[in-house]
This record gives sequence, C-alpha cells and structure tokens, in this order.
Amino acid sequence: MISLLPRGKTLVLHIGIVLALLALNFILPEYHRGVFSRVLVLAVFAMGYNIAFGYTGLLSLGHAMFFAAGLYGAGLTIYHLDWGVWPAFAMGLAAGLALALLVGALALRTTGVAFMIVTLMFAQVFYLTTLYFTTYTRGEEGLVLRQQARVLAFPGGALDLSDPSTRYLVALTLFTLVLGAVLFLVRAPFGRSLVAIKENEERMRMLGYDVFANKLLSVALSGLVCAASGAAYAVLFGYVGSGFAAIQYSILPLLWVLLGGAATTLGPLIGTLLMFYVIDLASSHTTAHLLVVGLVLIGLILYFPKGIVGTIRERWAPWLP
Amino acid sequence: MAFGPYLLLATLEGLVTAAVLSLMALGLSLVFGVMRVVNVAHGEFYMLGAVLAWWFSTMLGGHPAVGFLLALVLSPLVVAAVAFVAERLVLSRLNYEPEATIVATIGLLYIIQQLALSFYGADARPVEAPFSYRIQLPWFGYSAYKLAVIAASALMMIGTWFVLTRTKIGLVMRATQYDRETAQAFGIPVGKVYAGVFALGAALAAFAAVLIVPIQQAHYLMGHDPLLLSFIVVIIGGLGSLRGTVVAAILIGLSDGIVSMFFSPTLAKMLATFLVAMVLVFRPQGLFGAAAR
Repeated sequence: MISLLPRGKTLVLHIGIVLALLALNFILPEYHRGVFSRVLVLAVFAMGYNIAFGYTGLLSLGHAMFFAAGLYGAGLTIYHLDWGVWPAFAMGLAAGLALALLVGALALRTTGVAFMIVTLMFAQVFYLTTLYFTTYTRGEEGLVLRQQARVLAFPGGALDLSDPSTRYLVALTLFTLVLGAVLFLVRAPFGRSLVAIKENEERMRMLGYDVFANKLLSVALSGLVCAASGAAYAVLFGYVGSGFAAIQYSILPLLWVLLGGAATTLGPLIGTLLMFYVIDLASSHTTAHLLVVGLVLIGLILYFPKGIVGTIRERWAPWLP
Repeated sequence: MAFGPYLLLATLEGLVTAAVLSLMALGLSLVFGVMRVVNVAHGEFYMLGAVLAWWFSTMLGGHPAVGFLLALVLSPLVVAAVAFVAERLVLSRLNYEPEATIVATIGLLYIIQQLALSFYGADARPVEAPFSYRIQLPWFGYSAYKLAVIAASALMMIGTWFVLTRTKIGLVMRATQYDRETAQAFGIPVGKVYAGVFALGAALAAFAAVLIVPIQQAHYLMGHDPLLLSFIVVIIGGLGSLRGTVVAAILIGLSDGIVSMFFSPTLAKMLATFLVAMVLVFRPQGLFGAAAR
C-alpha cells in the first residue's frame, strides 16, 4: 500500500528543489531572475500539459487555447472592467476550466491522430476569435496592463506584482502549489487510473472504469492548470496578446515536456528551463533560434523519446515520480 | 458591377484556389493514406517549392516563360529530394508511430521555415507569369494564366489518378496502403515505397506552389494557411480517398472564394475551421470516406 503523501527521497528531492529555487531569488543577477520568473510560470503551463499528454497519453496540439483563456480571462477583466487581481485570476481559471470541459467533451469523442487535429483546429478557432475581436483584444499588438492594476491585495496589505522580487516569489508560490498537487495526483487512485488508461485503454474499460469520464477530468484539470499559468502570466508580466494563442504556444509545452520527460513531476520544469537557456544562448550567436527548436525536437524524438528526467528514471533512479 | 458577374468572378477565383488546394491536399492525403503519417511540414514543402521557383526563375534571363518552365520542372524535383532525405533520416527511424512522426514533422517545419528565412529573407517576392494574356469577358477582363493554372492542376490530378490506378507503381502503393505486412511478405520494399510516397506528396505541394507564385508572391510564411486548408480538405474528403479529396477541394475552394468575397476573411476562416472540427468530431471518416477499417 502506497501512501498518498510523498515520503523519503521523493519528499526530500522536491522540497530541496523548491528551497533551491527560493534561494536563487537572492543570488541570481537581475536578468536571470527575470528569466527564471518566466520559466516558473511557463513550467506550470508545461505541468498542466503533462497531465493530459504525459500521464493520460492525450497528445493535444491545442493547449495554447487553455493558456490563452487564462491569460485573456484575467487580462481583459483587469483592462476593461478594472477588476482586482484576485477576481481576475479566478475569472481566468473559470474561463480555462469551462473551455477545457467544452473542448474535452467534444474532442475526446475522437482518438489518436484525429484528436490531435481536432484540438489543433479548436485552438485555431480560439486564436482567430482573439484576432476577430480586435477592438477588445488589440490582436497581435496586445494589451499592456497598467502597473497600478497589478497589485495583489491582502487583508493586511498589498503586493506590487511588477516588483521583480515579488514577481519571482509569487511565481514560485504558484509553481510549488501546482508541483505539490501533481505529486499528490500521481499517487492518488485517479492519477493511477489515468496512467492505466494510457497503458491500455481497452483493459481499463473492461475492468469497469469510465474511460471517457476519467479522460475528460484529466483534460479539465490540465486546462485548469494551464489557465492558472496564463492568468499568472497576465498579472505578473502585464502583457496580453494573441501571440500566446497561436499554434506555436501549443507546440512549446509539448517540446518542454518531451525534453524534460513526459509523465515525470520535475520534467516540465527542467525542460522549460533548459529550452529557455538553449534559445537564449542560440539567439546570442545566431538569429535562427527556430532552427534550434526544430533540431532539438527531431533529436529528442529520435534519440531521447523519454526526455531527461525520464532517462534518469529509467537508468539510475526508478523511484523518481 | 451587377451581382451575377460578381459571383462569376468569385467562382473563378474559387476555382483557382481549388485547383491549387486539391494538388496540395492530394499530397497530404497520399502520405496519410499510405504511410499513416500526418505531415505537419507539408505547408513548408509548399513554401519551399515557391521560394525555389523564385530562385530558378530569376537565375535565367530572357523570356519569363523559360524561367517559369524551368521552375515547374526543377522545383518539385528538389523538394522531393529534400522530402526523400528527411523520410530516410528521420521518419523511417521512428517506425512511423503517429505521435512521434507528428513531433518530428513539427521539427522539420521549424527547420525549413528558419532556413528559408535565413537564406531567402522575410520579403515577399513575385515570379513573373509565363504569359500575361487577358481574356476579355463582357463584364471584366480575366487573366488567362489563372485559367491555365486550373487546367494544369486538372491535368496533374488526372496524371496522378492514372499512376495510382493503372500502373504497377500505383498497384504497389495501394498494396502497401491496404496491408503493410502482407505487402512486405510479397516482396514489396515497403521502406522504399514509403520514401517514394513521401517525396511524391512533397513534389505535389511544390508543383502547386510553382503554379501559384505568379498570382501570390513567394514568402517564407506562406505555407501556414494552405496547410490548414488542405487538412480541412483531406478530412472532409475522407482521409486517404482520392475522389473525396478532389470533391472537397472544389467545395472548399469555391466556398472560400465566394465567402471571403462577401464576408470578413477572419470570420470565414473561423467558421470553416470550427465546422470542420465538428465534422471530424461527429463523422471521423469524413463526409465521403468509408467507415474506418
């Protein structure tokens, strides 16, 4: 019987990583702290994607729409309705969850290749919608949220989210919460049934599990986490644009998760971080950073289909969650 | 201009779109039908064809028709060679698993796009049409070249149909599509057939691109919209069905031409994409395809 709460090496490793990230806030130079804040928020996006792709085996090519739903849910309410950060963030979550339930209910009627294309197309419709309502969204140019609006109010005071240190710590808090939730999820019966569906869907159905309901819940949860990342991005970085709904932002989480290791708790963070610095390094030498993305994608799928953490788990540390 | 001639113009424009689209979608459909590979880089093969067409046509001086004909022959061949190499180096090693190949072709998309941007640049460049004759209709003049595009595409489609249904090559391809293992047991070199089909699919896209560059300019991002449209065509026509692909291309091309003349193009694209996604959700075998085996 495995306990639901992580123990031993697993617990030490994850707490250690969170503490190390906390320490980095005080050590890192300004530029790198900015990069890390962004990576932490986007790693949440990757973790959300990982729930559907890594654990449940649903290769979606449309997760940009869930990220963007969170982004716009929070951004538009702040920009046009002058909402506070808390209700706007909740709005982002609600938008992402509702969209994920709707898209999941429709797209999960298909499987395999058709599922990829259907999710791609729904995301494209979402992207075109943000362009069509350009009066409100300003399309590709996007909206910039005022600094005064990006204040997280508490009963005892308020946090200015545009301050680099606060921004980093808030991003880390969100990251830690989601990491904890995922760690809990992979041990919970629900998480295990998702992995079982990925392994053998027919057998799960035969055993009496409602496969469709489990998958739908997985997509909903995945969409909710991605929306949390999007909403956090809007309030932390103060920019909302339809570029985040474009196909590229559906491909990126796939790339991050593949690089880090699908169906691992730490893979999304490692993948996102590494990819950011690879692109950063590449673009200081050449302008051709898309070439790097392309080569990394092909190299990974050819030689490291399990990703970094996945390979470590396979060769050296089978206990890694 | 009255409504009738306006509609005629929209129909002609729609037919030109349909001509190009059906060639491109045919390539996508062949690759999916025979290899079960969703080639996301198909739009980039199209773009590469257009960019190479500009390059070949400016290489030679003299009459524009000379450069154009050179491009029409060479550009699909070069693109086919690129696709062949990519298939041998990457796709064949992935054992054609659908998810792995999708990721690999996304990688291929980025590589080709970036190379085009680096070596060709971000400008859109025109290729001169081989002839500039205009047919004078009672209401408006219409470019004879566009009519030639429709004819050339129709010829190419008939040619492909002939190869697929009446020759040994076509028979081998259909056998591989029908049952890969049995085909292999009968001595068909399945790997070579796959590489050939992938190259042929890319060549069809490149051919379509060469036809279109005198009308639209060659640009490194031009592959995106045709890719989505040909996905739509292939899905509505039924994955892997030739007749369905042609019918769907004409349907989509015409409605695209007519709808975008009367409505906002963004709205038209939005509705079309949504409707096709719904078709795929509720009728995965397409409107004309047979039920999945």
